[in-house]
Amino acid sequence: MFEKLDQIFVLLLHWILGWLPAGLRPVTGVLLSVVTIVCVFPALFAICVLLERKGLGRIQNRYGPNRVGPFGVLQPIADGIKSLTKEDIVPLSADAVVHFLAPVVLVVAAFLGFAVLPMGRNMVLVDMDASLLFYFAIGASTELSVFMAGWSSRNKYSLLGAMRAVAQMISYEVPLLMSSVVVVMMTGSLSLVKIVEVQNQYTHGLPHWYIFTPWGFAAFILYAVAGTAETNRSPFDLPEGESELVAGYFTEYSGFKFALFFLGEYLAMLSISGLGATLFLGGWSAPFAFLSWVPSWIWFFGKMMTSIGVFIWLRGTLPRLRQDQLMNFAWKFVLPLTLINLFVAALWRFMGEGWLRWAVCSAILMVIYILMARVGMRREHLGPREYRYAE
Amino acid sequence: MLPMSLAFLFISALTVAGGLAAVALKNTVHCALALTVAFAGLALLFLDLGAQFAGFAQILVYIGAVAILVVFAILLTRGSETPKDGVYSKHWPAGLVIAAAVFAVLGWAILSSAPQLPNASVAPTVTVLQIGQALMTRYVLPLEIIAVLLTAALIGAVIVAMHEKEGAR
Repeated sequence: MFEKLDQIFVLLLHWILGWLPAGLRPVTGVLLSVVTIVCVFPALFAICVLLERKGLGRIQNRYGPNRVGPFGVLQPIADGIKSLTKEDIVPLSADAVVHFLAPVVLVVAAFLGFAVLPMGRNMVLVDMDASLLFYFAIGASTELSVFMAGWSSRNKYSLLGAMRAVAQMISYEVPLLMSSVVVVMMTGSLSLVKIVEVQNQYTHGLPHWYIFTPWGFAAFILYAVAGTAETNRSPFDLPEGESELVAGYFTEYSGFKFALFFLGEYLAMLSISGLGATLFLGGWSAPFAFLSWVPSWIWFFGKMMTSIGVFIWLRGTLPRLRQDQLMNFAWKFVLPLTLINLFVAALWRFMGEGWLRWAVCSAILMVIYILMARVGMRREHLGPREYRYAE
Repeated sequence: MLPMSLAFLFISALTVAGGLAAVALKNTVHCALALTVAFAGLALLFLDLGAQFAGFAQILVYIGAVAILVVFAILLTRGSETPKDGVYSKHWPAGLVIAAAVFAVLGWAILSSAPQLPNASVAPTVTVLQIGQALMTRYVLPLEIIAVLLTAALIGAVIVAMHEKEGAR
């Protein structure tokens, strides 16, 4: 019964394919899976937007949307209709072709990332040998679409926003990759399916998730920081800083193209959360051995939505960073820590089983974290702020 | 002749079109974007040949880093406006001759090395694991030399940037 429920989507796909002639089966199978991904994630996007507006409202002591439908739950539908029927304004001096292509490239790249995420037992669209590399390669190409959007608008705010976004994404892509490399070192494979399988084991009912090791915990924190910056989320949302740049690189987009940028941003958040869950939180595996009867896809999507909740919480809590703080943080703090974490992971691998490696690895990470934080704080000369341009 | 699949024809047409557009377009940023299309086409060619690692590395390095570097360089130096007197250099015939010569040498090298290759009817499947092991054992010296070279380039770039800043003060 529970096994059937676990595999319900796989069985459904096989049942549908059973009605078709054998020649059509591979193509239809892929098409159906793609259509499912293209439908499920925009639906999740709608839920995320509603959650975010409601959650931020509550954090800021107000109600949030509560007019459309009971408790405002139909708000995303109203928003969708609004953006579909709005006029699509393209500035006269804009570069029409590039201006049109930018949101398309962004959304396509954001969707491609989901192709390699294992969303449940046997539920992965493409199980390839180098799926982690595929994910990062696709993620790297979203930067170009951001640049295209900012440049083609012929607007100073757009261009400045795009420059900020690209600089930020390049800077934080290095720690993002480096913190994931640790997992690859431990698993010995770039395949996300294999990474989840290795973590799906239990001793005394507790899982072998990578977050429950010193290097895994450090890597997860660093990954979360870099992932937040990579998706341009608060507190790293300088490219869209509305007090300085109107809306950053999509200032000149209206109507459905604006909605596509919005969709792209949330899809990137969902997929970076999914990848984080896959790498460090055991993907679709249950947190305790006695809970492994619960369908695997519930765990995956549960973990994903939990990290979306953390994203929203962070956005409601933290103030925005300054540009120099952002860059210093990436290159002087996060990147050295990821490099040291690589070393710690290698040490863990060669020290063998036992409590000694726990003590040594945790001690190294703690000491270096505290030292770097202290030195960095001293160098920052924290005190009254000087404003150079606001006199 | 090798049998060409439809996918190969389509991808190579895309790559060649991207490359030609990168040369022929007037706007410098458009050229850079067309070059990116050519990079993407090359990556797809690698994937079509079953070389996953090379294909993804091509996307990661060339689209994710080199293309961004190119557009940054264009925007930060001269501005993306098209000059009035055209973008073509006066010495384009010389450039054409050099390009043709390079192409001829490469083509000659590839064609003359083709008979020495093992005449495999089945394409070999290479996993990422094998590539990693080869890089860490047989090719470890070239890898380290390239790493040192890149580090030197990085330090050099930083020094060039720092020097400029001091002069401006």
